[in-house]
Amino acid sequence: MAAVRLEGISKTYPNGHVAVRGLDLEIGDGEFMVLVGPSGCGKSTVLRMIAGLETPTGGRMLIGDRDVTALPPQERDIAMVFQSYALYPHMTVRENLGFGLRMRGATRPVIAERVEEASRVLGLAAVLDRKPAQLSGGQRQRVALGRAIVREPKVFLFDEPLSNLDAKLRVETRAELARLHRRLKATAVYVTHDQEEAMTLGGRVAVLRDGYLQQAAPPMELYRRPANRFVAGFVGSPEMNFLPGDILGAAAPGPGLTLGVRPHDLAIVAAGAGDLDAWVDVVEPRGSELLLYLRLGADRAGAELRVITAPEPPIEVERVVGVAFDRARLHWFEPESGQRVEVSR
Amino acid sequence: MVALTLLVMASAFPFYWAIVSSFTPESRLFQSPPLFPADLVLDHYRTLFNERNFWVPVRNSLIVAGTTTAFCVAIGGLCAYALARLEFRGKSLLLGVILAVGMFPQISVVSPLYLVLRQLRLINTYPGLILPYLTFAMPLTIWLLVGFFRQLPAELEEAAMVDGASRLRAFREVIVPLALPGLATTAILTFVYSWNEFLFALSFTLGPERQTVPVAIALFRGQYQVPWGQILAAAIVATAPVTLLVLAFQRRIVQGLTAGAVKG
Repeated sequence: MAAVRLEGISKTYPNGHVAVRGLDLEIGDGEFMVLVGPSGCGKSTVLRMIAGLETPTGGRMLIGDRDVTALPPQERDIAMVFQSYALYPHMTVRENLGFGLRMRGATRPVIAERVEEASRVLGLAAVLDRKPAQLSGGQRQRVALGRAIVREPKVFLFDEPLSNLDAKLRVETRAELARLHRRLKATAVYVTHDQEEAMTLGGRVAVLRDGYLQQAAPPMELYRRPANRFVAGFVGSPEMNFLPGDILGAAAPGPGLTLGVRPHDLAIVAAGAGDLDAWVDVVEPRGSELLLYLRLGADRAGAELRVITAPEPPIEVERVVGVAFDRARLHWFEPESGQRVEVSR
Repeated sequence: MVALTLLVMASAFPFYWAIVSSFTPESRLFQSPPLFPADLVLDHYRTLFNERNFWVPVRNSLIVAGTTTAFCVAIGGLCAYALARLEFRGKSLLLGVILAVGMFPQISVVSPLYLVLRQLRLINTYPGLILPYLTFAMPLTIWLLVGFFRQLPAELEEAAMVDGASRLRAFREVIVPLALPGLATTAILTFVYSWNEFLFALSFTLGPERQTVPVAIALFRGQYQVPWGQILAAAIVATAPVTLLVLAFQRRIVQGLTAGAVKG
């Protein structure tokens, strides 16, 4: 196991596209780091550079104490799970699992033993002699996972490994991954575009946008103290509400700021009893809670406000209700830069 | 259906005629059409191999076509892999030039090639035929194989490299096994091309000891008579290896020609 350090890593493609700009990131020994962001944010490029499949055009990369910036993938001692799994179609599951060990010159008994163990952990013992084409999607995913863990590499890299699974299997495998990481205590870098996956899996989550690192922090820190408006909007579901700061009158810490408030931090009260009144546009029951879409303004043409509230008492549509803001959980952002404005309490 | 039957009959009939005629005695060759031959003889084949030493051109052809194919697939395979996977400046230009080389009419390069080969003292040798064949077969090989390699997902060899294989090892262990149908198709096309080639073989050989099958057949005709029976027998012998090869690899070829048409 080893730490991974990225020092001012940049990547500009020959066609001029800048995928990553001056990224500084340290991934601790045994840490589970998730890179998350919308498509095109550079997260996959970062992962491929750690793997050695892309060469950075600037900066330095270290795995452990070794400078690997210019090393090819086979000399980095890393394992990667690809989005498409990239199983070798002409090899059996057994050969797929043992391929990495064979390439590194392990002896036959060692390969057999490790493959045996990995297949037991992942429940693949029964399909060892099948080819990938004869496996179900979930089994293929586990073979891809197994191919990474038999090697006991310094670093695990995951490139959206769950995106080809159906919703149920995805949640199951997510938990399995968390257990696996706890058992292996391995350094892992995990790329996803799904903020929920990032929050549930990550020891720390790094949010990227347009090649820039926005914030790298533990999930709850990201949720409670987003560094800027982009992170605030990206993390958490349903998305945070953004309103003009003066809507709460004197509560704003400065003029012209943007107010951010999560749907969970708003409460529905009797009309006139809250901070604002709003008109109920849509009510979406979500089982344990209701998601309300409210309209602000006397003519119902103002900003939309998303509110999460308890299912009882029921709330009727096309009525006016009061909305109370949780003053301790308001977020303030610079309107231009989007940077968070810290409020001292 | 009717049209198809007619088409097959039209293209198959000459072969049938040639096979039947090659077993018909010389004396009756020009009599009534031997559509359903009465008595078949092996005379022509016997003469072919006993008197004419037809083994020599067959051997020459096998050596020349076999070597050309081996080199083409091995070297062309590596070139094609590089062209399919690596990004570098002027790649499409290079591919265009490669294609253009293969498009030259042969007749236009016979004389310069002859001079070059004479300088190299390669006239009437096996390398003297294999080298020119390579220049013509290689572009075709490369173009076909670039297509095959491009269909294979790049993630496969990336996975192999992350797993600890060098690029060359990833090529050998992962790409080649998956590209086998394509490689087989390309090999057969190259072999057939070299086996049938006539102009270079005629120009760059001097005597029967290095002549290939097509040249030998063409030179059968004497001053006063044309030994049709032997020529037809020789033609059958010349066709046999190619036919056997194609039949043996038929499934592979079809796989190769349609690879990537549907997701496998």
